[in-house]
Amino acid sequence: MRHILRRREIVADDWRHLGEEAAEGSGLIVPLSEFKRDPARWRVWPGRLGVRLTVVDRVAELADELPRLALVAVEFPTVGDGRGYSQGRILRERLHFRGELRAVGTGVRQDQAFLLARCGFDVLELAPGEDPEAVRRAFARYDVAYQPGAAQVPLRRQRFFA
Amino acid sequence: MYRYDELDQAFVDERVAEFREQTRRHLAGELSEDEFRPLRLRNGLYIQRHAPMLRIAIPYGLLSSRQLRKLGDIARRYDRGYGHFTTRQNLQLNWPHLAAVPDILAELASVQMHAIQTSGNCVRNVTADHLAGIAPEEIDDPRPYCELIRQWATLHPEFTYLPRKFKIAVTGSPEDRAASEVHDIGLHLTRDAEGALGFTVLVGGGLGRAPMIGQVIREFLPLSELLAYLEAILRVYNLHGRRDNLNKARIKVLVKSLGIERMREEVEAEWRASRESAPRLRAEDVERVREYFRPQPYAPLEDLDVSSGREAAFLAWYRYNTRAHRVRGYRAVFVSLKAHGANPGDMTSEQMEGLAALAERSSFGLIRATHNQNLLLADVPQRQLYAVWQELKRLDLAMPNIGTLTDMIACPGLDFCSLANAGTLGVAQQIQQRFADLDYLYDLGDIEIKMSGCMNACGHHHVGHIGILGVDKHGEEWYQISLGGSANGFTALGEVIGPSVAQSEVAPTIERIVETYRLLRVDGERFIETLRRVGLTPFRERAYAAHPQAA
Repeated sequence: MRHILRRREIVADDWRHLGEEAAEGSGLIVPLSEFKRDPARWRVWPGRLGVRLTVVDRVAELADELPRLALVAVEFPTVGDGRGYSQGRILRERLHFRGELRAVGTGVRQDQAFLLARCGFDVLELAPGEDPEAVRRAFARYDVAYQPGAAQVPLRRQRFFA
Repeated sequence: MYRYDELDQAFVDERVAEFREQTRRHLAGELSEDEFRPLRLRNGLYIQRHAPMLRIAIPYGLLSSRQLRKLGDIARRYDRGYGHFTTRQNLQLNWPHLAAVPDILAELASVQMHAIQTSGNCVRNVTADHLAGIAPEEIDDPRPYCELIRQWATLHPEFTYLPRKFKIAVTGSPEDRAASEVHDIGLHLTRDAEGALGFTVLVGGGLGRAPMIGQVIREFLPLSELLAYLEAILRVYNLHGRRDNLNKARIKVLVKSLGIERMREEVEAEWRASRESAPRLRAEDVERVREYFRPQPYAPLEDLDVSSGREAAFLAWYRYNTRAHRVRGYRAVFVSLKAHGANPGDMTSEQMEGLAALAERSSFGLIRATHNQNLLLADVPQRQLYAVWQELKRLDLAMPNIGTLTDMIACPGLDFCSLANAGTLGVAQQIQQRFADLDYLYDLGDIEIKMSGCMNACGHHHVGHIGILGVDKHGEEWYQISLGGSANGFTALGEVIGPSVAQSEVAPTIERIVETYRLLRVDGERFIETLRRVGLTPFRERAYAAHPQAA
């Protein structure tokens, strides 16, 4: 059973990626490419559905589907590949996505947790081997920020506002 | 100058604590070198040829005497008693110990300094005109905007893992002293038809491999939109900049491949679409920061004739190392870090401490680092100039060569840097020795030599009147020479004149080049003017004349 951090709490994952074994009642996350192959099928999917974006997927393609989606997963294939931070902010701030925004991949680690939260990610599916307790503590490294951002982490002070 | 408020101080303190813990994890084996690298880089720490190198940020080049004294103290206690000022107005320590770096960062935080984002693929130290606030023809002081950009860029959640490093320069004068056209973004303060302040925005400049000059993406951007527009550019770059090839990952490559029109469309669309969520610069944000950059409390002084009865050495220093000031009775004084026999940009702890004390006596306790690897006392009363000169001489900081050939830019090169192909410091000394005669230097006038030890162009060789690039040829150090570059006002990239030359041939080749200028110049032409008038050919021919070792 995989554990994730949902709004800074360590919980058992109740979602599975396409190809993973189905557990009772789990939601299904399908890649955008898969979704686009047969949109009609996925639009009437009976369970909870999420879509997973790669670093090169254009977020705007998903705009019309968002009301039907309970989750969007964004890939961070390495620590150094920061495209997902932009994708996350666009989903939250421009497209007003209110479902779960999940960061996935080997780039999702404790030293990135604060940044991910500020960009609107409320669920972290951690890189293999990453200690969830350490990640949970990492959110508290900063209690101030200069930029406007998502309210996932409580801040004492912030400088610039939207 | 800007002073930290409670937020700024809390942030740097929290940052030090975070890096202390990351360093501990690395030393305990919990973070491999590969995992630690992006974290340490974003705190200014490289692993170099001999030891770690720590690059300390000097935001837009401005230092208080207390900060400079602290830098001297850090260099003495944690390093070998000196530091190296860079073209981006930072200070590098060449020999710190990895385990001591968190302590150094804590020392820096105690004087409102840091090393955040001085390396790594993120927004780097924002640089500015070193004459900001005192240049007579200035439109507005760029430093408040640099400080606002510094804050906005600091640990920006979206832009901390960009495709490549990102450099921003701001200038407020018609003459560009910040090389802004060879930055990823160049911002020029300007006024619109109604007199409102704003920026002309350039994008896609850069040196390194495939040097390019920035292009105007927006003629006029209102002040309040500064951060929103920067976010739009950065977002387009973050999403679409290349990440498959390190050498093609700078924004200049994206701008070139899209073309400036398409880039503009993308950025403007992004900007419009982000109206609700992008940070706005409120008037009170700008005012709060501008307050810190008000003019100094100048005394009501008259301009003096400081030269009568003074010795020739002082007069030469006055002529070459001081500049006009906007306020009557004051002068700006360059502190030359180009003493013959010293490495360009290097400064000892004793010099830092001596200069800090001098700045307190004679320049409101402030010191500036310049793009040319010198320092500046910006506000010296003319009646103190002679005493200031004597003290600078005592500190070996009064070499009267600002703007001359030996006021050259050089990166640390192969002696320190693990990227370098060839040494720069030995070549610099060779050139200093060959051109040690001051009368000869003065006769040659305004000539800029810029030297880099590799293609990454930290020494800005592309925009030197004379550019020198170290290259590796079968394990030997050779040097490619280019002519005609410029970064001031009229930005131009130099052209390589021919085959590279051996180390021992660099200074003689340069001598033949400048002798060609002496032969061809007319009517007090500067070197670059003669070069532009007659073209490269006569220089090329003579540079290689009687040349035994071209390869």
